[in-house]
Amino acid sequence: MPAYRAPLDDIRFVLHDVLGTEQLRALPGYEEVTPDLVDTVLDGMAQVCEEVLFPLNQVGDQVGSTVADGVVTTPPGFKEAYATFCEAGFPGLSCDPAYGGQGLPLTLRAVLDEMVCSTNLSFGMFPGLTYGAYEALHAYGSDELKDAYLAKLVSGEWAGTMCLTEPHAGTDLGIITTKAVPAGDGAYHVTGSKIFITAGEHDLTPNIVHLVLAKLPDAPPGTKGISLLLVPKYLPTEDGRPGTRNGVTCVGVEHKMGIKASPTCQLQFDNAKGWLVGEPHKGLRAMFIMMNGARLNVGMQGLGLSVTSYQNALQYAKDRLQMRALKGAARPDQPADPIIVHPDVRRGLMTMKSFNEGARALAYHVGMEMDVILHHPDPARRQEAEDLVALLTPVVKAFFTDVGFESANIGLQTYGGHGYIREYGMEQYVRDSRIAQIYEGTNGVQAMDLVGRKLPAEMGRLLRRFFQPTHELIERESQGDLKDLAEALGQGFRRLQQGTQLILAKGMRDPNEAGAAASEYLRIFGLVAVGAMWLRMARVAQDKLAAGAGPKEAFYRSKVVTAKFWMTRILPQAHGLMASIAAGGETIMALEPDAF
Amino acid sequence: MKIAVAIKRVPDMDTRFKIAPSGTAVDETGLKFDMSDFDGYAAEAALQINEKQGGGEITAISLGPDVVQETLRKALSMGLDKAVQLKADAVPFDGYAIAEALAAELKGGSYDLILFGRMAIDSSNQSVGPMVAELLGLPCISAVSQLDVSDGKTVKARRELEGAYEEVTCPLPAVVTIDEGVARPRYPSLKGIMAAKKKPLEVKPAQLGPVTATVAKMELPPERAAGRILGENADAVPELVRLLQTEAKVL
Ligand SMILES: Cc1cc2nc3c(=O)[nH]c(=O)nc-3n(C[C@H](O)[C@H](O)[C@H](O)COP(=O)(O)OP(=O)(O)OC[C@H]3O[C@@H](n4cnc5c(N)ncnc54)[C@H](O)[C@@H]3O)c2cc1C
Repeated sequence: MPAYRAPLDDIRFVLHDVLGTEQLRALPGYEEVTPDLVDTVLDGMAQVCEEVLFPLNQVGDQVGSTVADGVVTTPPGFKEAYATFCEAGFPGLSCDPAYGGQGLPLTLRAVLDEMVCSTNLSFGMFPGLTYGAYEALHAYGSDELKDAYLAKLVSGEWAGTMCLTEPHAGTDLGIITTKAVPAGDGAYHVTGSKIFITAGEHDLTPNIVHLVLAKLPDAPPGTKGISLLLVPKYLPTEDGRPGTRNGVTCVGVEHKMGIKASPTCQLQFDNAKGWLVGEPHKGLRAMFIMMNGARLNVGMQGLGLSVTSYQNALQYAKDRLQMRALKGAARPDQPADPIIVHPDVRRGLMTMKSFNEGARALAYHVGMEMDVILHHPDPARRQEAEDLVALLTPVVKAFFTDVGFESANIGLQTYGGHGYIREYGMEQYVRDSRIAQIYEGTNGVQAMDLVGRKLPAEMGRLLRRFFQPTHELIERESQGDLKDLAEALGQGFRRLQQGTQLILAKGMRDPNEAGAAASEYLRIFGLVAVGAMWLRMARVAQDKLAAGAGPKEAFYRSKVVTAKFWMTRILPQAHGLMASIAAGGETIMALEPDAF
Repeated sequence: MKIAVAIKRVPDMDTRFKIAPSGTAVDETGLKFDMSDFDGYAAEAALQINEKQGGGEITAISLGPDVVQETLRKALSMGLDKAVQLKADAVPFDGYAIAEALAAELKGGSYDLILFGRMAIDSSNQSVGPMVAELLGLPCISAVSQLDVSDGKTVKARRELEGAYEEVTCPLPAVVTIDEGVARPRYPSLKGIMAAKKKPLEVKPAQLGPVTATVAKMELPPERAAGRILGENADAVPELVRLLQTEAKVL
């Protein structure tokens, strides 16, 4: 049986010592967010995730969500867990107090996302999608819609979905065919088929609020003609209870590789009553509000599963006795040494550890910038944060989920054959983490977003928001006790700069060149961005050690060593990736499809 | 109803413990601490009583160094109304010393009901609650799995016995120690956590009684030796029997 313990020491180190919770507290609206309060909230989250969500993870995988006659049943225990999760107020953690939310920082939501994904990704999909619906509705909904639905989504009493995908339209939303026809009373009739809709139907809540992409009769072709509609499963009565059943039915639930407790539904809309969210034909704009938040959340799925896989792999590596250490027995009293003595096992564990801790710091950093966007009084600072978040969103989504999957796979490998056996739980993390590379825009599409949209945006302004501080960080550390780390980061950073120049120069002439370089480029970006966080963490750790860390000395020492591991053993991948980019797209584009 | 709940901060028991160099205590480095399980049940029982009856006030009391404030805050975020820390540098092993300090604090509080956990899950002494009852001259019912004080005058309590149960009553005010089964303690809600910041937490010096019982030595069970496979099928039985006689000495 796998175990999970929320890594609170590490989370606190990042929040309090590296990023500084006082930065949050300085933002108007967050005056109450003292370090004490943060710690208590973290304890509360950890307890529910460890005690309520994690014990349901394996049973959720084994039983799955099932469908019969259009009714979806979640695995045993999910309903009660959902009730506990809502009673604790977690769905509304960072939501608007005007609708019953707690108004706590998005940084803390990022922490909650990590813990939920670590303990039960399938479960997390339900409140995750609900939060996405909340965001879109909060930003673009009419007052009537907000009054009727927001409080219910904030409390978790009703759940939400996002219905984009159709059988012939996944990445390419411009070609959807679901129609919305004016009903005359300001509402619309929505008709069409949607597939792969997470939490499209289930028994956790008495009502489900679908946000649906559809085309109005006068829609211009392509993405400029997409509208967003709110379609409830039950039309709310005057006093806000689920009333008449609306024309939306679940006609099937997919059988799939992982996240089996999360129902992936085929939904049929048949003259279902719906209301416009935002302006006609501008639905994609509203949808992107929720997709940006959702993409960061999906990034956390990669990180979260990697964390649990690592914790168990580490324990197993200390317990499992096989073979002797290369330089002689470490435990002569035992029939064999624990496998953690073997360099190759350690290589795997260090790879996981350095990713987990570095990615966590980067994710919370992005979370804090999102709080700046929401609350900072200075518009210039807000713009800066908005630029940085826009730039890093595809990086966090794709890099975290690619490496998260690789990491879960290393965790499985650490268990040897036992990793392949179901009861140990390690293979579930591999299966569960695989989807994160696909939904919310495949990782290939994230790379295209980075290269095609974010790099050239505003004449490179977004890019400068990352390059400038990274350059300064490396300069600052280039003399003192961390100069080796700064030097290594500098080399990776130069590859990122070279890659950027090459893509901008070649991609201008031939867009296929940019497309051929995109995935490698995004990976270099992720390696460097996590590297920059490692340099910052190493600085804090060194300072703590210099000041005398007492019982936390081992903790800080491990930070410095792990920073060095990332810089010298992981980041150098950037050189190889850059060589691939430099070779250009010629061989990629050369063969005719028939010649493959 | 005016209720007091005594709460102890204990290490998470789901841990691989180490003994401190002193040899008389566990090494606390790296341990995670929380409210003792049974105290959580007691806090939940108190909350449910006052939720049912409306009004009332619940005070959480914990004896120990400043770190116990964390545990008290947790009680406040569950919904308890106020907290008192009886400040002491350390929590002595001797339950009597603790009971005197608690009784001194509880004496003037005119509480209708004083709740304890059945025992602290780290020291398992089961003694402080009954001792406090004795010191205050109050009736005491221990290890209660169901509690009814709805008439405001008497305690009707159920106690689980081996294969049976008994119902015990006594007049209020009274001391009751709570077993699991009353109700699962609720998780602190975000709303409760925010509200807890504004609730009063008073710090007073603990008037500890004399410490006469102390821990002389603490030891972990020996590590289990690795198992041995003597052979497969029936051929191995004679050797197994021989070892059970000579080595394990169980036959
Ligand atoms: C478990 C699960 C849950 C889901 N939940 C939801 C949900 O709640 N709501 C919802 O609307 N959808 C959901 N989806 C759908 C998901 O978002 C889509 O599967 C995804 O967007 C990809 O679309 P597709 O499957 O049609 O792949 P396609 O778009 O057909 O893509 C196939 C391949 O082509 C590549 N590709 C396509 N276009 C480009 C391009 N321009 N450049 C480079 N590469 C390209 C892709 O990267 C991919 O590798 C879910 C899917 C799954 C499996």
